[in-house]
This record gives sequence, C-alpha cells and structure tokens, in this order.
Amino acid sequence: MNFTDVLSNAFRGAFGPEAAIYALAAVGLNLHFGFTGLLNFGHVGFMLVGAYGVAVSVSTWGLSLWVGLLVGIACSIVLALILGIPTLRLRGDYLAIATIAGAEVLRYFYRSDWAAPLTGGVYGLRQFANEFFALNPYSSDLALGPLYFSARNLWVMTAGWALVILASLLVYLLIRSPWGRVLRAIREDELAARSLGKNVYAYKMQSLVLGGVIGGIAGALIAIATQSVNPDNFNPAVTFYLWAIMILGGASTILGPIIGSMIFWFLATFLDSFLRNATASGVIPPDLLSGPDVGALRFVFVGLCLLLLMIYRPAGILGDPKELRLDVR
Amino acid sequence: MRPRLMAIVAAFFLLCLTGVGAASAALVGTPTTANRPAVLTAEGDQSLKGTLRGPDGKPLSGVTVTAEQNGTSVGSATSNAEGQWEVPLPSPGEYTLKLDLSTLPDGVQPRDKGGEVLEAVVVRPQQQRTVIFPLVSTSQQQQEKAGSVPQSTSGPTQAGDQNEPGATGESGEGTTPNRVLQLVVEGIKLGAIIAITAVGLSLIFGTTRLINFAHGEIVTIGAVVAFWVSTSPGSLPLVIGGLAAVVAGGLLGGGLEGGLWRPMRRRSTGLIQMFIISIGLSLFLRYLILVLFSGRREKYSQYALQPAMHLGPISITPRDLIVTLASFAILILVAVLLQRTRMGKAARAVADNKDLAEASGIDVDRVILSIWVIGGALAALGGVFYGLTQGAVYWDMGFNLLLLMFAGVILGGLGSAYGAMIGSIIVGLVSQLSNLWFPPSLQNAWALLVLIIVLLVRPQGILGRAERAG
Amino acid sequence: MSDELINPSLIDAREEIVATEQDSARSEGAKRAAAALAGVAAEPGVAKPDAILVADDVSKSFGGVKAVRVDHLEVQRSTITALIGPNGAGKSTFFNLVSGFDKPDTGTWSFNGTDISGSPAYRIARRGMVRTFQLTKALMRLTTLENVMLGATGQRGERMLNAPLRWVWKGQEKDIEQKADDLIERFRLGHMRDEFAGTMSGGQRKLLEMARAMMVDPTMIMLDEPMAGVNPALVQSLLGHIQQLRDDGMSIVLVEHDMDVIMSISDWIVVFAEGAVIAEGRPDDIRTNEKVIEAYLGKRRALPTSQENEA
Repeated sequence: MNFTDVLSNAFRGAFGPEAAIYALAAVGLNLHFGFTGLLNFGHVGFMLVGAYGVAVSVSTWGLSLWVGLLVGIACSIVLALILGIPTLRLRGDYLAIATIAGAEVLRYFYRSDWAAPLTGGVYGLRQFANEFFALNPYSSDLALGPLYFSARNLWVMTAGWALVILASLLVYLLIRSPWGRVLRAIREDELAARSLGKNVYAYKMQSLVLGGVIGGIAGALIAIATQSVNPDNFNPAVTFYLWAIMILGGASTILGPIIGSMIFWFLATFLDSFLRNATASGVIPPDLLSGPDVGALRFVFVGLCLLLLMIYRPAGILGDPKELRLDVR
Repeated sequence: MRPRLMAIVAAFFLLCLTGVGAASAALVGTPTTANRPAVLTAEGDQSLKGTLRGPDGKPLSGVTVTAEQNGTSVGSATSNAEGQWEVPLPSPGEYTLKLDLSTLPDGVQPRDKGGEVLEAVVVRPQQQRTVIFPLVSTSQQQQEKAGSVPQSTSGPTQAGDQNEPGATGESGEGTTPNRVLQLVVEGIKLGAIIAITAVGLSLIFGTTRLINFAHGEIVTIGAVVAFWVSTSPGSLPLVIGGLAAVVAGGLLGGGLEGGLWRPMRRRSTGLIQMFIISIGLSLFLRYLILVLFSGRREKYSQYALQPAMHLGPISITPRDLIVTLASFAILILVAVLLQRTRMGKAARAVADNKDLAEASGIDVDRVILSIWVIGGALAALGGVFYGLTQGAVYWDMGFNLLLLMFAGVILGGLGSAYGAMIGSIIVGLVSQLSNLWFPPSLQNAWALLVLIIVLLVRPQGILGRAERAG
Repeated sequence: MSDELINPSLIDAREEIVATEQDSARSEGAKRAAAALAGVAAEPGVAKPDAILVADDVSKSFGGVKAVRVDHLEVQRSTITALIGPNGAGKSTFFNLVSGFDKPDTGTWSFNGTDISGSPAYRIARRGMVRTFQLTKALMRLTTLENVMLGATGQRGERMLNAPLRWVWKGQEKDIEQKADDLIERFRLGHMRDEFAGTMSGGQRKLLEMARAMMVDPTMIMLDEPMAGVNPALVQSLLGHIQQLRDDGMSIVLVEHDMDVIMSISDWIVVFAEGAVIAEGRPDDIRTNEKVIEAYLGKRRALPTSQENEA
C-alpha cells in the first residue's frame, strides 16, 4: 500500500488534462443549466461533434487541424440549432429527454457502418493531431517531487486550462451584462421574462449555441489530447460526469465548474488509485474486487455524489448559501 | 438532516436486501467466478479451446476432446466445471478435433450428424483458437434438421457473441411481405415489453410530475433477480424467478417512494432537483449492478433454445409468443385496474388534478405509493421478459430500454397510461421495421429520432393534453 | 382565493376601507373616466368612444369545453376595467389569449389600433401591453433591483454580441438603474433593493411585479388577481398605486375576485360566465344586474347589497 503514489495520482488527476477538458465542457453546461436553466442532458453530443469535426477533417479529408477545429465548432452550432428548434419552446424536461436522445442518436450514427468511411465506425480515427503536438514548447517532462507530468501532457494542460480561463472570463463578462440578466430571469421564470418583452426563445437558443460551442471545443480538445476518437467514448456517462462536476462546484457560479472539476477528478482518481493499490497489495482481497469493478465503482461514486449533493447541498460548494433557502427549480 | 439521511439509508438498505443478498448467494454458490481456471494455462504457444454448453445453456463438465494430426492423437482435454477445455498444440498446422460422444451426458448430442468431428481446423502460429461444438438435446435434432439447411460440418465456427437479438436474427434482406409481417410481429413483441415498463414511468410522472430516470435500473434489477433465482445453486424455475423479480421491483419502487421521494416532496423539493436526484440514483444503481453482476451478458438457462413455431408466414418461438401474450394480458389488466377499481380511479384523479383529488378526500400519498409499487413491479417483470426475448441479461439493459421507454411515453403523451401503451408499441414497430431498410445497429436510433420528430410536431403526444400557460 | 370572499371578518374590514374610499373625493382620473364612459350603454359588447383594446370572436377550447367565447369586447383607454366572474368563467384564459401567452382557436384582436392577434407574447409586451400573473412570478434568485431593471426595453446590453463590451451599454445601464430605483422607492421596496426577490413576502412580490411591469413603460397593464394572497394592510397601498396609474393616463385591466375592491376602484366592469361576456357596465349597473347575480350566486341567492334591497 503506497499512499504517496495514491496521493500523487490524485493530484495529477486534479490538474491533469481530463480535469481541464471536463472543466471546459462544464463551463458550457453551466451556461446552459446554471445560468439559463436549460436541462441539457446531451452535452456529450456537442463534445462528440466537436471531436469528430477535428478527426474527420484531418484524417478523412486531409485538412489542417485548425480548419478541423472550425469544422467542429460549426458542427456544434448546427447541433444546437437542430436540438433547440423543436425543444426550446417546450417544458424543460422535454429538452432533457430530447438532448439525451439526440446525443445517443448521434453516437449510433457515428459508429454505424454507414458512417464508417467518414468516421471509422466502431474503430474510430487516430493520429490526426500531430500539428498540435508539433507546437509543443515543452521539451522535457516535469517532475515536482512525486508529481510527474510528461511534456506532452503539459502542453495539453496548458492549452486546456488556458481555454478554461478564457471561456470562464467570457461567461463572466456575459453573465454580468444585461444579456446575462435576461438569461438568469429566464432560468427563474421564463413566462415572466416573456411578459416583459424578452424574446425568450432567441435567448435560450443563443445560450444553447454558445454553451454547445464551448462543449464542442472541449470535445475537440479530448480528440487532440488522446490523438484518437471513438464513438463509444462519448456515451451518456460523460454528460453525467459533467453534471456531477457542475453541481459539486456550484451551478450558476463562475468558478464552480473549475473547482468542481478539480475536486471531482481528485476524488475520482484517488478512489481509483486507492482501490487498485489496495487490491494489488492485497489489503483488499482480489476475490472481492477485480480490475473492472474499480472502474465501475467510480460511477457508483459519481451517482452517489449527484444524489447526495442534490439532496443536501443543491447550491454546491461555491453556491451562495442565501440561495439555498430559495427553491431550486 | 436526520430523516433525510434515514431516507437514503433506507433506500440503500432496501437495495441491498434485494440485490446484495442474491449477489452474495450467487457468489458463494458458483465455485469459481474467475474466468480462467488454473488448469487451462497453455503449455505451448498455440492451442485449441472452447466452452461446452448443453442445449439449456448450462456448462457441460467431464467431456473429453481429442486433437489429432494426420491420424495420430497429439493431445486431449476434459472440460471443467465451467465447461471449458483447452488442448495445447505442439505446432501450428491443420488438426482434426474429436468430441468423445460417450462422455456426453444423456440426452445431449451434436446438432448436426457427424458434428462430433471437426476436420481441417487450421491453427496459426501462437493462436489460441476457439472452437464450438454446437450441441442440442436428442429430441431437438430431428426438428432442427427438418427446418434448416444442415450447417457445414467441416469448418469450426469462430466463437462470438451468439446472443443475436431475435429481431435481427432474421436473415433475408429487402421488403418481402413475409419479412414485413415477421418484423411487425417482432415490433409488437418489443413494443409490448416496452409498454409494460413504460406504464409505470408514465403514471409516476402523471401523479408526481417526476421523470424517474432510474426506471431503467428497476428493469435491470428485475432481470438480474430472476437470473440469480433461476440459475445455480437454486436453479428454481424461471417462473419463480419472475415472481421474485416482480416482488423485488415492487419493493424497490415502494421503498424509493417511501424512503426518498415522499420525504423530498415533503420538503417541497423542486422538480428539476428531483429529476437530477433520479439521475444520480440511476447512475448509482446501474454501476452497482455492474459491480455485483459483472459486465457479462448472461442467458436465462431455461427456455433458452427453442425451435420456432411456424404460424403461416410468421415464425415465433413458443417462449416469445407467451411473453407477448402475457404482456398484452398485463396491459389489459392494468387498463381494467385503472378503469374499474377505486385505486385506479383515484390514480387517474390524482394524475388529473392533485389538489382537487386531495380536497375530495383521496389519500394522495397512498395512491402514489401504490403506483410506485405497481410501476416498479411491472418494470421488473418487463426486465425479465426483455432478458428472455433478447436472450441476454446484462448490467445496462434497462438503461438501453429507458430511452425507448421515454420515446414511447412522450409519443403517447407524458402522464397518460394508455398513451404510454400505444406509444411504446409504435416505438417497438419503428425500431424493428427500420430493419427493412437500415442496418440493425441503427434500430434504436430511428426510434429516438421518432421521439424528436414527435416533439417537433405534437409535443403533447398522441393522447396528451396541451398545457395551459400562466 | 374564494376564501377571502367567505371570511366575514375580512369583508367587514374591507367594507370600512371601501366606505372611507367612497367618502373621499373621487380622483381626477376617475372623474375623467366616468365622463368618457358617460354615454355608453351597459350591455355586452358595447362600443367605447376611445377603445385601446378591441377583441373579436375570440374563442378557445380545452378538451371539448369552450373556455372562452368572446364575440366582441372593447376596453376604454385610461380607465380601470375589471373582469369579474365565477371561477372557471374564462377571465384568466382570455387574459392569456390576448397577451399572447396562449393560442386561441379563433379570433382577432387589436391594441392601440394595430392588429396583434397571433403575435408572440414578447412582441405584445414591447408594444406596451404588459401583464402580470395570478401566481406571482418574482424572479427569485435575482435581486429586487435586477428584477425591476429587467423590465426596461431596448437595452443595448441585452444583445449577445454587445454583452461582453461593457462600454457599449454602461451609460444606458446607469439610466435604467436610476429609473428602477425611482420605481422601487415609489412602490416602497427600497429596503429590499439588494435582496433576492425570493426572500420577499407575497404582498411585496405583487408590488415588485407591478414595479417591474411599469419599467416596460406600458400604455396598458393587465393585472391578474393583484390582490390575491395580499394582506389587507398592503391591499390599500396596492389599490392606491393602481388608481394612481390610471390617473397618470394608463389603461388598466384587472381580473379580481374581491367584489368590494372591484366596486370601489373600477370605472367599468365586464362580467364573464362560462367563457362569454354576459354583462358590462359601471359598478352601479352591475350591482343590480339580474344576470350577474344569477351567474355569481345561483338563482336563489343574491349579492349582499341587493339582498338588503329585496328584504
């Protein structure tokens, strides 16, 4: 049982590429749910089209990576419009079901034999982000005591956290503006906003598109960081991760998604690393817990996290305690 | 804080009662849960191996398999308790595999005549080649042969996932009338199962406005409980397993309502908050099932292999026919309950207008509790049916079904029990009939696309009512 | 809602208030409204000299039941017009239809001479016809100030592309804040200025909703049960505000159940029953209208005032 290992793994998780990418996606989701009240349960769909925008452009069409990024963003916009047009006029729970269904439909199509010439089907695509890694300014790996990051990961983290900061700054500016005031009003009561002459549908659509683009960029970053895309990596569980992150940090706060993602990945990798370490060293008998079970337990933890947070601390860690007294709807 | 915590603990405890109890029984009961017993470690670089299962899907132990090259035996193996065998081979090349018929249990024989010998099995360097001996019960051989072209006896089949869902198992392409008819039957079968599970979902929404995201997990738990009860060591009849599943589903539904949702409503928790809680619950339960049940796809050992009956142009196994008829019987029963009994009328009244129902002396909490119990029981039963007809029980089957359930419920109109029934059958038909033109891997996608189109055209669904603003 | 009608002590309290109201000299606005409506006959669908809202053949069914079937209705400018009628008479539904919050099966209506039938709710609001809701819609997690500022129309900062560019809308925002502060003071919510609206009492929320609606600069304001759930002390203040608005020249349509309130402040009353307009007139016309008494209380009973006359 090596606790230094477990802890350093957990810290790596808190700052690593996943934490940055999920934080970025959660910033988009927070714009949807935290500030506009949109129940988007298909956020992974935006990530999927963003990732494949890059992968298909480079691998299949032979375009530049940067053009691919633009294609990914364009795809997110189109997806937001397709999802939003039918559902944004409806009650919120319909949007929830339509978005999760939409994301699943996308995944089915991207992995189907039909799309295989374009997307590589169930095998996905690989090795399309060399342009990104060619720009890597880090020549050597970084070791801070027990903490260790490869030069490759450092570059992904730099880009990832920079994007997180940029996106958060943009959301901050937007939310503090009259535009943000309208969004928050819609979150509270969209009929009231309509009665005051606000075109609620247009505002929701703007929010869906903008948050979707942020999600799409996060997806593109996943594709770039791992140099591979596979449709089954974009399953509904990713969306639930994002919800747990957002609610953990505090929905409708600017820093919530960032803090949430760091804490979430710290805990998730801690749990993972701890259990693996414990089974490997025999502290937990291997009969009781095998490798795949450890992965599953992480989701059990995410589920429990969502459940308990929503019951006991719906405003999250950064949430305004004053808001707790008001009914979250 | 106390009562809320109690609520969670109660829900968890209930889950443990229904799930973990059975799980530990299963874990203790089966001798080895590890996939590869130590006996089977390969000596050389290449080998021939396989798993022998009887017609009921149960592993066959003590069966001898011999490998020969140019007429001389190069090795043999006897299957273990899991039915697994492996013959290490000295070198790559062409082998003949022989199954010793005398070691087969009574009543079991190769599906094809001469199927105990597999000739010309080519093994490449460092390949651990999996080989299948298709086995049937003695009485079955005749029927099988009458119905189908004899399979090639020479080439061994590569082991793969044999659990083809019934619907996609149809060979033939194109839109011949027979195929259309067959797919309609498959669609109705699937739709009826979705309907059973979706009725509860819709009624729960109708009475409490909660979209219960964890409904799919009740489906899985039903299927899994029935599996545990009906396989070793108990090996009880699957009917008993189904009953156990119904009881477990009902208890789980009632437990969740009493332990979690009712206290949440008392605190006047917002609907969105409850919706997210149900998502957390769904995730929690689903992966807990994964830990306890493992990621394997299992089969009910009973009613697993049945010859299809031919009713005119349609072929259907007796099992599927009974499941479909039972599903419809249950749907009719639910309709009668809603229409005729006091509780049913009260349930519709609560769904229609909760405050009015409460004011007119209906015990709303009791009505909601019974809806949860019935909805949970129906979902669990639907899980057993789904597992039976699809030939597989696995940890996220309920979640896969959940999206189809949503499609059915929204198509029919959220909150309406009859709408859920009609909508679900349409969803079943759409997903199966799509096979006429599109690859089967996309059949769920079409059903979900229908959902999105319905939202566009008639968001309140077929039987739903438009909501009033203001 | 109907509890208030039944509670006798409340009625007593109200009657005292109403009595004092009626004793005091009628306001300029009330006199002006009375003069404008002087020659108008008290019958359903009658034409008004200066109608701001005209509705024709508006109907809506819910599951086979006709909730609203208004053949013709006009609302006079700069008056307080009350819509009354038993529960389920279609007043609120009619409100929802003309304000664009619900789609009618048939019908056209115009506001200020422009046809607005079928317009979305937000456009109707921008035209100057603003409504409030029966169940108050305070924007809970916005402060009082933010609630009121939201009402301002034509805000440059409400366009997404301008939003991050603070300097584009900073000046305008200052003016809006000033105006919002004035309204907050006027509705005596100053002490709540920076509090979340969710912490307000029911009556304060009603006031907030009115202040917010005023921020839109409406020419007509439609109030759906503005007194429901408000404690009697605040009722006075709300009534005062409503009358003040009329005196300032605004047109007010309100749905209200409290008969005493309606009789005391309305210039014109429209009575709904089973979705249709069954009577119109000044308070005195309505008090004695047989059809109204019948619709409200059934055939054998009568309104308190006329009960005494008959006895």
